[in-house]
Amino acid sequence: MGCEKIMTELIPQAYVPARKRRNKYGNFIRTNGPLLTMLIPGLIILLINNYIPMFGIIIAFKQYRFVGNFFESVIKSKFIGFNNFSFFFNTPYAYIMTRNTILYNLVFITLDIIVPVMLAIALNEIRGKTLSKVYQSLMFLPYFLSWIIVSYLAYSLLSVDKGFFNIGILRSLGIDLVEWYSEPAYWPFILVFFHMWKYTGYNVVVYLAAISGIDSEYYEAASIDGATKWQQIKHITLPMLKSLMIILTLLAVGRIFNADFGLFYNVPRNSGSLMNATMVIDTYVYTALMNTNNIGMAAAAGAYQAVIGCITVFTANLIVRRIDKDMALF
Amino acid sequence: MNRESNRINTIKWGSNAILNFMFLCGAAICILPLTLIIILSFTSEDSLLKNGYSFFPSEWSLEAYRYVAAVGDVIFRAYGTSIFVSLLGTFLSLIVICLYAYPLTRSSFRFRNQFSFIAFFTMIFGGGLVPWYVVYTQLVPLKNTIWVMIVPYLMNAWFMMIMRTFIKTTINESILESARIDGAGEYRTFFVIVLPLCRAGLATIALFCLLNYWNDWYLPLVFITDAKLFNIQYLMYQTLTSIQYLMSGSANFVQARDIGAGLPSESARMAVAVLSIGPIVLAFPFFQRFFVKGLTIGAVKG
Repeated sequence: MGCEKIMTELIPQAYVPARKRRNKYGNFIRTNGPLLTMLIPGLIILLINNYIPMFGIIIAFKQYRFVGNFFESVIKSKFIGFNNFSFFFNTPYAYIMTRNTILYNLVFITLDIIVPVMLAIALNEIRGKTLSKVYQSLMFLPYFLSWIIVSYLAYSLLSVDKGFFNIGILRSLGIDLVEWYSEPAYWPFILVFFHMWKYTGYNVVVYLAAISGIDSEYYEAASIDGATKWQQIKHITLPMLKSLMIILTLLAVGRIFNADFGLFYNVPRNSGSLMNATMVIDTYVYTALMNTNNIGMAAAAGAYQAVIGCITVFTANLIVRRIDKDMALF
Repeated sequence: MNRESNRINTIKWGSNAILNFMFLCGAAICILPLTLIIILSFTSEDSLLKNGYSFFPSEWSLEAYRYVAAVGDVIFRAYGTSIFVSLLGTFLSLIVICLYAYPLTRSSFRFRNQFSFIAFFTMIFGGGLVPWYVVYTQLVPLKNTIWVMIVPYLMNAWFMMIMRTFIKTTINESILESARIDGAGEYRTFFVIVLPLCRAGLATIALFCLLNYWNDWYLPLVFITDAKLFNIQYLMYQTLTSIQYLMSGSANFVQARDIGAGLPSESARMAVAVLSIGPIVLAFPFFQRFFVKGLTIGAVKG
């Protein structure tokens, strides 16, 4: 190194081979260059699909008009400050959809942590591994069906004139038929049911995987010391599952402002009279954009959702960081 | 708890029976709605109109499937679209995801934290539907093309992180080092050494992607208005609103009408649903194994 330095100082620049002069730069390219090119396809997709839309959030502050190309129209559209937002928050929907989104998600988060953990522990204890595998498979199946199929299932159960609940059960019992698709009172339960129906099996599998990763020696030692099943669950299984439970809950809490569009759009079949019980931010944004073609309001609702959602993730993460640093997401 | 059961540390037979009963009910709740759809697709239209959607139809029939076969061109086209999109989408998506995941596992790569963050950030913040829609209609005009059902799902930060964890735990850097000493470039190492060693991870991600594409109805709902490009899920969405949909686009319209004045519209709908679930249910046992594996990897924080 030292020798090289002296050489470069003594000998005129032209005599030093170019390769040596740019050695540092060349090294960098050699080690990182090919790896950097590998990232290009993914980066392009992320740019189009995620990062440019993030920049497009300013549409919410504009009276969007399409002129020529995208960037030009975003920049040249008239800036109207928070007008879109004040219009949006003056509709009665703003309150309804925020309330619905948060309440449904709170219920989902609570049930998604209690029910699957209980089922996973129970499934793990059942004698006979074949049976336990069968139950697991049957409960997992709904996860693989699309929301369209789920809406078909819901329709075949709830249809007013042919549905199984009305015709198969209520009519044969002589009870008055229920107009399921226009009675909002039932929908919180129906929506929670279909959410659980679709996702419980999936969550059970996740927790079961975590349980099977626990070293069986803990249980052997505990049972030799005379610990009962309940004690083993309370003092071994649950503590071992704690970090997974926290991570999954944290992810869910962070997404508390994002409703499951498939569930809320397809299962109630977009029925207007159910709006009070089924409207969430995502369905509002979609209908405002596609059906009423109100770009300003839709963009404002979307931006509201994105910003508040981001704040919730960071807050949730901060709280977890305080409790236990290793469990924080970032 | 008696001594014997305590020794092998299992639950009592009584509690075992209760648990079994509980899971039997749970499994039944999960399966019965699906069974109902299948039964309905084999029920005669008369029976449906008379008894409603019943688990025990008074008359079985195949007319729904005959009807679907007669007006089939719309359905088969949608089926074809779904298959094409799923296969091509999965293939491209695997390439994009693996190419992105691999450099992030290399300790010699300078920017791995920065690029990890670029992908991770998309999981917690997004622009929302409106700008996204505007981008795909105006900046990258893919609306009403088949590509709009493929491109948005090509890169998925969550799958990418699972793949990254998988590569990191499977591939030992010393193998890569020896490949480098033998003169293999990064790309050659990646395709010849890394990918073949990660077959299980690839299969998992492939199945995740395949399921994502096959079950997708959201992209057509947002971007597709041209009936020729409907995939099977979106066709079903349209069909639930009106069965007319199956016929209106069909070249065999007249022939379909001739089948009978009473179109088996209710059961035909269910038949289409059954046809769309078919591949998933058939592949399910296979799917499940890899999913469990993938979830186990995913559960490990990357």
